[in-house]
Amino acid sequence: MTASNIHREIDAVWRIESARLIAGLARMVRDVGVAEELAQDALVAALEQWPASGVPDNPAAWLMTTAKRRGIDRLRHGKLVDLKHEQIGYEIESAQDDATAAFEAAIDDDIGDDLLRLVFTACHPILSTEARTALTLRLLGGLTTDEIARAFLVPEPTIAQRIVRAKRTLADAQVPFEVPRGEDRAARLASVLEVLYLIFNEGYSATAGDDWMRPQLCEDALRLGRILAELAPAEPEVHGLVALMEIQASRTRARSDAFGKPILLLDQDRSRWDRLLIRRGLAALDRAQRLGGAQGAYALQAAIAACHARASSADDTDWPRIAALYFALAQLTPSPIVELNRAVAVAMAAGPAAGLELVDALVSSRALDNYHLLPSVRGDLLTKLGRFDEAREEFERAASLTRNARERGLLLERAASCAQNADA
Amino acid sequence: MRFMMLMIPKGYENAAPGAMPDAAAVAAMMAYNEELQKAGVLVTLDGLHPPSMGARVSFSNGKPSVIDGPFAEAKEVLGGYWMIDVKSKQEAIEWAVRCPASNNEVIEIRQVQEFLDFPSDVREAAARYPEIKAATQRRERHMRVVR
Repeated sequence: MTASNIHREIDAVWRIESARLIAGLARMVRDVGVAEELAQDALVAALEQWPASGVPDNPAAWLMTTAKRRGIDRLRHGKLVDLKHEQIGYEIESAQDDATAAFEAAIDDDIGDDLLRLVFTACHPILSTEARTALTLRLLGGLTTDEIARAFLVPEPTIAQRIVRAKRTLADAQVPFEVPRGEDRAARLASVLEVLYLIFNEGYSATAGDDWMRPQLCEDALRLGRILAELAPAEPEVHGLVALMEIQASRTRARSDAFGKPILLLDQDRSRWDRLLIRRGLAALDRAQRLGGAQGAYALQAAIAACHARASSADDTDWPRIAALYFALAQLTPSPIVELNRAVAVAMAAGPAAGLELVDALVSSRALDNYHLLPSVRGDLLTKLGRFDEAREEFERAASLTRNARERGLLLERAASCAQNADA
Repeated sequence: MRFMMLMIPKGYENAAPGAMPDAAAVAAMMAYNEELQKAGVLVTLDGLHPPSMGARVSFSNGKPSVIDGPFAEAKEVLGGYWMIDVKSKQEAIEWAVRCPASNNEVIEIRQVQEFLDFPSDVREAAARYPEIKAATQRRERHMRVVR
């Protein structure tokens, strides 16, 4: 086996095992920073020994045993404080006698919870969003510092520092390594979901020509979401978020043309939508709803995405249902953007005049004064009502508000065609 | 990146209609499938009925001909498949290695073709040349039909 082959194999094992390894160690040492260091020590040992010995039959167990030995070594050299060394010592001794199998089974039972503890810890609200994101991708996603930096278009030293500081903050605040329960849990879970969706959206916003690590973020977020859904299966909003991500990801191949130009959802070639992901997304949404979570924010957004996913063509879209879902979402998380989307859906369901009422209310509220999509939508509705002069003004206003050259071009085209229709 | 893990059980080419694996094997496989699901890498999976319940369509000069299974010349047939989404071929192999397969079984790993496999400059160039574009469209139509 060539050197590069064994390194690729070790990479693959690391990607599969590193999060659980770090989680298990963190439970023992009560510090995610130290846990990661011990895990990295084990990786170095693997890189040194496996090229000669081959990948062991149970790589996870080898890495854990090696990491624990390193922990003991560090303790002996006084490099580790607050280490439950009795616990580690006991566990190493047990592993060395014939109780190995039982011991491993006992550890395995805890792994699900350990991984969940790690998720909550990495996404702790004491950390900034950026810190949570970097730490999650590092400890749970197994991404290198360089990969995270490329994904977020930020210099590598910045990410490295961000991660170092995040670990120190957690240690200084003595954040307990645990799964939050009771009244804390909802807020802590929301923090986790926020991080995952942020990572997903960062990947979703990547454009053609970007570093490949960027669109990969969608897959990283999806994978972490799916893992979380298995770790916390009774949490409807977790399934709601996974559903939303699966369905959004299903449109990846239809979202842009060969030149990277974005294609609006209603104009997309639906035969390019990934039916496997849609099926998974609808199944996840079903799980959320059957857990009583249909009114959760992510479940509602997923339900809207599901409406589009179920329609075999744009004409088949269930607009009244989408309008109702946006109404429910607006009650839960009121925002002018949600209201604007609701206006679009209402217009499709009940006619442009009905939509225009809602848009005019948004205009009066001044909440979206500099947002180009507001005049853009207003222009579209006025066009449908045959009010071409007013529509042209709106498209021109929208064009002046957008920084995107391509979008400005499209809006000015629409203004021009309104001008033609007005003269006709 | 998506990979198919294609299960090729030796002897399945001769399996009788309705043949089913034994309970112990099923249980072990279900535990494995759950590991794939828990790891967030499973996209889909299915078992396939044996060739004795299937058919083959072959083509000669555009003319199709159909024969019912089992197929005398077939030395290896599929028993089932998984589709997983992982970062590398090596990671797919690492998962396949963990499958509780028996001595008679082989897992073939094949990467799923995705349009984004082609770098953006190639896709752009392809979009600019009508002949290449026509060929690409034919291929995509073909892939749509296959799907």
